[in-house]
Amino acid sequence: MSKTHVTTKVNGDEVEFLCDPRETLLDVLRDRLHLTGAKEGCGTGDCGACSVTVDGRLVCSCLMLGVEAEGKEIGTVEGIAEGETLHPLQQKFIEYAALQCGICTPGILVATKALLEKNPDPTESEVRYWLAGNLCRCTGYDKIIRAVMDTAAEMREAS
Amino acid sequence: MKYYKPATFEEAVALVAGAEGVTRILAGGTDVLVQMRSDIITPDTLIDIKAIPGTHEITRTKDGGWRLGVAVTGAEMSEHPELGRDWPGVVEAMDLIGSTQVQGRATPVGNLCNGSPAADSVPAMIAAGAAVTVTGPEGSREIPVEQIPVGPGKTSLAKGEIITALTLPPRGAQGGDAYLRFIPRTEMDIAVVGCAVNLRLNGDVITEARMVLGAVAPTAVVVHAAADALVGRTLDEDALTALSDLAEASCNPIDDKRGTIKFRTHTAGVLARRAAKIAYSRAKGATA
Ligand SMILES: Cc1cc2nc3c(=O)[nH]c(=O)nc-3n(C[C@H](O)[C@H](O)[C@H](O)COP(=O)(O)OP(=O)(O)OC[C@H]3O[C@@H](n4cnc5c(N)ncnc54)[C@H](O)[C@@H]3O)c2cc1C
Ligand code: FES
Ligand code: FES
Repeated sequence: MSKTHVTTKVNGDEVEFLCDPRETLLDVLRDRLHLTGAKEGCGTGDCGACSVTVDGRLVCSCLMLGVEAEGKEIGTVEGIAEGETLHPLQQKFIEYAALQCGICTPGILVATKALLEKNPDPTESEVRYWLAGNLCRCTGYDKIIRAVMDTAAEMREAS
Repeated sequence: MKYYKPATFEEAVALVAGAEGVTRILAGGTDVLVQMRSDIITPDTLIDIKAIPGTHEITRTKDGGWRLGVAVTGAEMSEHPELGRDWPGVVEAMDLIGSTQVQGRATPVGNLCNGSPAADSVPAMIAAGAAVTVTGPEGSREIPVEQIPVGPGKTSLAKGEIITALTLPPRGAQGGDAYLRFIPRTEMDIAVVGCAVNLRLNGDVITEARMVLGAVAPTAVVVHAAADALVGRTLDEDALTALSDLAEASCNPIDDKRGTIKFRTHTAGVLARRAAKIAYSRAKGATA
């Protein structure tokens, strides 16, 4: 099977890879670029553990092919902190204990960061609808929602 | 599997017409990739149409309608400042599909061509009188959306044909549309019943009416008699009862774990009433 050469940007860095056209973006991120933050919970678009942004748009990386990344800008959880400094969402998730096993967390961080960029002042139900495609088996969601609401409030004050 | 990213529709049509084995178009991939993953369908040829110029655009047509490129996503439709003012029912139907993540990729044309009887945007597009441009080796023709689905997973597209544009007619004065579906949860589920209603009024009197049901038959059902029941009257209790009876009578659903025949039939009547009320108030100027 011939492989396709793809040039893309991940978290601001230009990267190149060769991949089989059947490989998903999630496979490529994890197995070729060794960015294992995005997780495979289902592989069928239901759980959101694989969430990344593509040109700023939130998508499931399991529902996109690696070859489709050509010329795009991909954002993953690895790009959220600045060096050692955690993003406010990451700090609040720790503070609120908004994670247990952590499998859903990278996807939820990427998803909520995208939400707050679009809407810095969401209502609780807007957060819940935005995250309807991010499943969590552990926390019962409440801590996640509270962490997001508090981050949003703090980021609004800071800006 | 061979992956192609043609730069023009001519090239795309030539690829589809010449391809052997299983061919799929890659729009948002939210059906195609799930089917590949579950080994339901492994295409030999996959043709990504998203690099073709114009496929991401939503534009006003000369007559005041809308033209949507075939890669336009649900998220782009919801974010558009004017499309949802003209066709709130079409936009809300598309917006019900999947999660935020799925919205970022899923297209109405993909929803249509995948051929699910429960496809949410399809009843709303049919009620609105939407049409698609079908292009093949012989050229292009415009046909109503309702002529595309022919059965579960099956469309009327011939080999070598693809859809190259979606158009919505001009909204015009005193019109309103709405789409509702029933699912057992609030998000992320497949319609047990869907119902779209599109009305036009003159004052309080209905002058045009179209109702389309989803998920109650092998394809979306156009309830032609809805026009006879509603035109010339206001949306009073008698009209609503007539509409709900018609909806129930038009159902030919399956019995499965998500809904019995009895439940689906009853729900179709309930949704018909509710969707008609919303369409009516929108036609009278409500923006919700
Ligand atoms: C988690 C999840 C939840 C979902 N929830 C819903 C839901 O609530 N309601 C619902 O209706 N659907 C739902 N879906 C299904 C799917 O998202 C929709 O059907 C979507 O609109 C498909 O669009 P797409 O652009 O992703 O299609 P694709 O997967 O790219 O294509 C789908 C089919 O259409 C064909 N096709 C695409 N474009 C063209 C064209 N221009 N010409 C000819 N053929 C074409 C392809 O060959 C393929 O057979 C869900 C999917 C997922 C993963
Ligand atoms: S792994 Fe992509 S949505 Fe579950
Ligand atoms: S913390 Fe375990 S799935 Fe969310």
